[in-house]
Amino acid sequence: RDFNERCAQCSEVNWGLTDGGRFYCRSCHNVTERTREVVNTDFITNSRVQTISKGLKKQEKTDGGCEWYICEGFQLVLKKQVEALEALGVCPQMKDEILCNFWRCYLQKSKQAYCKRPAGETVKALSVCESSTDVDSDPERPSVLHLLSLSESEGDLQTDCSFASSVSKVSESTSVYSGSVDGSLYLMKNQKEKLRMTMPMTLSFCYLALLWVREPITLSELLRFVVEGHIPYMNVFQHFPEKMKLCGLDLKIFCVESWPVYEEVFNKMHELAAFLDLPRFPDITESCFLHPDMLCMKYLMEANLPDELHNWTCRVVKKTGIGEVDFLTLMPGNKSTRKVKYDVLAAAVIVVVLKLLFLLDDHYEWLLSEFAEERNKNNTEDKMCLFYSGGPYFEFKKWYEVVKRSLDVEQKKLDEEKAKYLWRCEKPLFYSVKNKSKVLKRRQMVVNLQNQFGKLSGSVQRAEKPNPSSFQLSWSEENTDGSCFHGHSLKGVLQEKWGLLTAMNPDYWLCTVKLCNEKLCGHLAHYREVEFPQSYHFVLGLFSFLLRIQPSYIHDEVCMIEHRLFNKKLCKKLKYNTVLRK
Amino acid sequence: SSNEHKLNFKKSKEACLSYIQDALLQKQWKRAAEFLTCYVESLEKDYSREHIGPSEMIWRIGTEILWHHSQNRMKEFNCFMEQMKTLGVKRYLKVCLEHVFHLLCNGQIDEAYQNLSLAESWRFGEQTAIQDKEIKLIQAYRGLLDYCSWSKQKKILLEHGEDGFADLAVEQEMHGYFRKAAVNLKEIIKIPGVWDIFVKCYVDLLEFYGEHNEARQVLNEYAYNSKFPANPNAHVYLYQFLKRQGESKKSLISVLKILHDIVPSHELMIDFNTMLQKSKKRKKRQLGLEVIFAALDYAAWKENAKAWSCLARQVKQIVISEKHLDWIKQGWNSRKDWWPDFHFSHYLAKRNWQENKNLSYEKALVAGILLGKDCKYFKYVSHQGCKARLKRFRMLKKFVTRHNLVYLRIFG
Repeated sequence: RDFNERCAQCSEVNWGLTDGGRFYCRSCHNVTERTREVVNTDFITNSRVQTISKGLKKQEKTDGGCEWYICEGFQLVLKKQVEALEALGVCPQMKDEILCNFWRCYLQKSKQAYCKRPAGETVKALSVCESSTDVDSDPERPSVLHLLSLSESEGDLQTDCSFASSVSKVSESTSVYSGSVDGSLYLMKNQKEKLRMTMPMTLSFCYLALLWVREPITLSELLRFVVEGHIPYMNVFQHFPEKMKLCGLDLKIFCVESWPVYEEVFNKMHELAAFLDLPRFPDITESCFLHPDMLCMKYLMEANLPDELHNWTCRVVKKTGIGEVDFLTLMPGNKSTRKVKYDVLAAAVIVVVLKLLFLLDDHYEWLLSEFAEERNKNNTEDKMCLFYSGGPYFEFKKWYEVVKRSLDVEQKKLDEEKAKYLWRCEKPLFYSVKNKSKVLKRRQMVVNLQNQFGKLSGSVQRAEKPNPSSFQLSWSEENTDGSCFHGHSLKGVLQEKWGLLTAMNPDYWLCTVKLCNEKLCGHLAHYREVEFPQSYHFVLGLFSFLLRIQPSYIHDEVCMIEHRLFNKKLCKKLKYNTVLRK
Repeated sequence: SSNEHKLNFKKSKEACLSYIQDALLQKQWKRAAEFLTCYVESLEKDYSREHIGPSEMIWRIGTEILWHHSQNRMKEFNCFMEQMKTLGVKRYLKVCLEHVFHLLCNGQIDEAYQNLSLAESWRFGEQTAIQDKEIKLIQAYRGLLDYCSWSKQKKILLEHGEDGFADLAVEQEMHGYFRKAAVNLKEIIKIPGVWDIFVKCYVDLLEFYGEHNEARQVLNEYAYNSKFPANPNAHVYLYQFLKRQGESKKSLISVLKILHDIVPSHELMIDFNTMLQKSKKRKKRQLGLEVIFAALDYAAWKENAKAWSCLARQVKQIVISEKHLDWIKQGWNSRKDWWPDFHFSHYLAKRNWQENKNLSYEKALVAGILLGKDCKYFKYVSHQGCKARLKRFRMLKKFVTRHNLVYLRIFG
């Protein structure tokens, strides 16, 4: 921005930078020949990384493309994502300070290994000949054909025969099978130690940064925003500048055809935090949004449960110690602490509380509900009574009916959305120049058919995506039909004992008597293999929908909390501890 | 963690397809179109491993939707079909053929003909040889349309002939169509298959031009060549032809015998029985009884008065002559357990009497002979008939009573 010459055309001093790194006049759009070496302010001054920026300045190829590296692509992706987050209201420091630094750190840490072999050399060796008779090439390095069979994405490349055949005819530069310089290098397996960047990992980066600034967005929310299109992910490469030609193996890296999975993003995030050698993250305290007390309040509201339950969730949190700062705060690299999924944890707490108060064994909760119904009926005859008692008795049955109805509607909508999702974007993708015309023809046909049948269905072109909202289900107290349960009272399920309010329910059933070893079998408990009461399934299903994750994960957390809660009793093996058997 | 629940392109499109399927089954065309719009991008993915690829799905589903949803807009439909033709070389001719069918259903004969001609002239390297069968079909249908044109010309010619006008041009045209049609129809019926309509038309042509031997050969091939799938219609056509040609009863009977073996409930069984009853040969008459018994085993014949009259006549005749009573016994043996409930219940007696007096008469006769005068059916009907003072029912009652001893003798 220190270019102060006057524009040749309009004599203004109002310069901007094109993607190609040239200066252009903002007033008259005159493009000069002057270029700047380092274009992006996000780039760090690490001397090793200078080679990347050189890529933009290098000779432009005949097809108007330039040489670009995979990490530049990812950088652009991250940039877009964090801008979207900013638009959602996240603080700007996240972009300029936090994420930026994380990314720099990552580049440093991963580039260190790159420098043992200058990137260009290895790439060339790969391109010359894909047969293993090449003396220069590392015999362990898989041939390109093998690369094609890596089954990370949904295998579209492995079935594209035309591509495979074109590879054998290649004898020149790498641009034929990847638009980027290091596309093929990037996909080689032995890069695992260096934590290779993937599309899901961009979300891990985002979440890491969000966690650092303790923004009130949970991982499940983030992923939901991605699916709803508020955060670029699926076809973000279409926003790459024209010069960055994407083809061949680049597609395998940037074109994912599946939605990111919570577990994957979460685990990668922790790997990343350790890889970057990050210090202890800012404390998650009681006033923090991610603290279970806060999240429980939110989820209670969303699940249409009485506010009074919040006292109970806080009690459980306190008793189990999961509200402790040291438990909640992320300490990268620390293998002994359990990795906390804030959203799942909060949901699990609520489930445990429901089990404490209502037992959820398919009998007791309905009994309590009948009891409450009776009380409510009697009370409506006496309006004054209602006024004093502060809200009707909470009836499980009514709640179940109301919530189930809404849940079914929303689930149905969601399922249809999933089926109607359009995965492809306007930007056509070619694996190689050879099948470009075929791809374009197909694209044209698809567009024609979409128009034809779109007209028939009478649907207007996809409506604007709904505004991002934190709540998927909302319940209003103003509704006179009594479908909002926030203000309802738990009187019917509580009793006073020695001055304390306790649950009338004396029993509790543990989801599992023994916890599994998470490292060995991936879960703390196994949700599908045991039959649980329908009410329990329902409650898990509700939160599974809200968090968009599999119920088994919530189940794991429930087990974990239960074992903490009943730790003493488990050790003593008192008679209350029975696993429910059907 | 398992990736089974991971939502990806493939799963999303599978779900989309099942929504389309549901919508189609419930005839919700708009909804099906809505989901199809989302499905079409599958074309951009390679599904070479799947059994049915997206292009075929889209062709079939799109055809259904457009056919039902926009029936008045053939233009759109045709446009769509043209697109589908370009989608898959291996399917080109099939799509052409189905397009032709739709055009025919819509009465657009000329367009259909044009499409057939176009398809016939299609060449695509080795695909042409691979899709040989489809080409034959296309030629056959073109032959069929030529036959239709020939028919039309024939009609015109006959009308003109009545008026006393001779029209050479029309005649020439007619012969031209004949030649074109004959060539193609002859070809297709050489291949084992079910070609009813082609055979009928071809035989019609041959007969008109006096080529009876050829016609007979064609029909014999069609009916008796074991390579061809079993087809009752083949025998019917042969029978009808032979009848037209005035063939002997013997040959007619031999054809119908095979038909009886394949389809005992065929409508020609009445003719068959009538022919057999008149025969001088004992065996044939016995066969006739078997034939009519067999036909009446089927629900479709329950209320067929003609069939019952055939059976009644034959049974009556046997009883009167007191010869070959064992034939009746034989026929009745396998039926005595279920025919009473099936044909001769009290409920049916009432209904038959109300709806069709002739039917009830014939049935009562049979019932009376087979089940004796005390069976519910006979009792009810004859009682009603006598009450109504209908002469024949009185006669019937007398007859059955008189021959009750015979009944006892057979079934005693």
